[in-house]
Amino acid sequence: MSYAQLIGDWQALVVLFVAGVVPNQIWRMLGLWFGGGIDEGSELLVWVRAVATAILAGVIAQIVVQPPGALASVPDALRYGAVAAGLIVFLSTRRSIFAGVVSGELFMLAGKWWLG
Amino acid sequence: MALPPLDSPQWQSPWRAFTWGLRSITQTILTLVLFATYLGIGALAHDTHFSLLWALCSTLFVWAGPAQIILITTLGSGATIIQSAIAVTVSAIRLFPMVVSVLPLMRTPTTRRRELFFAAHLTAVTLWVECHRFLPQVPRERRIAFVNGLGFGLVSVCLTANTVGYFLAANLTQTLGAAILMLTPLSFLFSTARNSREAADVVALALGVLLYPIAAKMNSGLDILVSGLVAGTIAYGVHWWREVRA
Repeated sequence: MSYAQLIGDWQALVVLFVAGVVPNQIWRMLGLWFGGGIDEGSELLVWVRAVATAILAGVIAQIVVQPPGALASVPDALRYGAVAAGLIVFLSTRRSIFAGVVSGELFMLAGKWWLG
Repeated sequence: MALPPLDSPQWQSPWRAFTWGLRSITQTILTLVLFATYLGIGALAHDTHFSLLWALCSTLFVWAGPAQIILITTLGSGATIIQSAIAVTVSAIRLFPMVVSVLPLMRTPTTRRRELFFAAHLTAVTLWVECHRFLPQVPRERRIAFVNGLGFGLVSVCLTANTVGYFLAANLTQTLGAAILMLTPLSFLFSTARNSREAADVVALALGVLLYPIAAKMNSGLDILVSGLVAGTIAYGVHWWREVRA
């Protein structure tokens, strides 16, 4: 692995701060400054949380539907099957994250091995 | 490992409290989940052509898994900086009520705001959950030191996981590399599902997954934002229908 690959260029780090660090950190700092007097159960925050959850859900879907890098070598059906298998185990083990992740992974690896 | 009793001399030094916080990372399964998640983030950063330093900086300075994968995935698939920033900031709004609810647990009448800076930065869903579990067992005047130790430990675990994931993605066979990348969607799907307390959360998660492929077909560049806003607003509608209207 090359030096350039490990360190990268400074423009990418600027993008990280502008698109990632600042838009993320601003909410923690607002929480620190205007801590009191916010109703955690307010209707606006319920909506915000729902939209944030749905955005994260969209990203999860994006990785599975339009997979990056090595994941693209896995056939569609296997990726979807892995999520379904993990979900079934997750739900039937009283929501064990660990069991769900392990079963999804095993499903995908077994399928890949089966297909050769 | 059990924490010492509240009146133990063990708590007299802030450094001891920091160390107890650090050691507490061994007391939770969430550390393992975080490790797997950040292993996946490291691999994802590698396969979307970000540098290792970039990935480590994102963990250190963003310190929010969802924001990090949103950033990597959107930038990696050609979104503009503005589009990524909007998606990240919407995902980060949930940190605001978390910080607001967690800081009072460690504040004393003499606490200055700057003493809480690191605790605020370290606040994310894992730390938030663990604070509610551990802090009742920690004397109030040592809680900031304890949380700093706990957060320092968790960040270290995640930086290590990023590095391992990055190198694994670079060196493993394609199949094992794919398995590590798959950790990210699986761990986020199940940890978000586990944290869903209300019907609205479940609807937002399920609809968000289902609507994304439809939004992606419109190819607007704002796919994630469009599906997120629509699914989230429908989920809020369900909440409103069930709770507010009733």
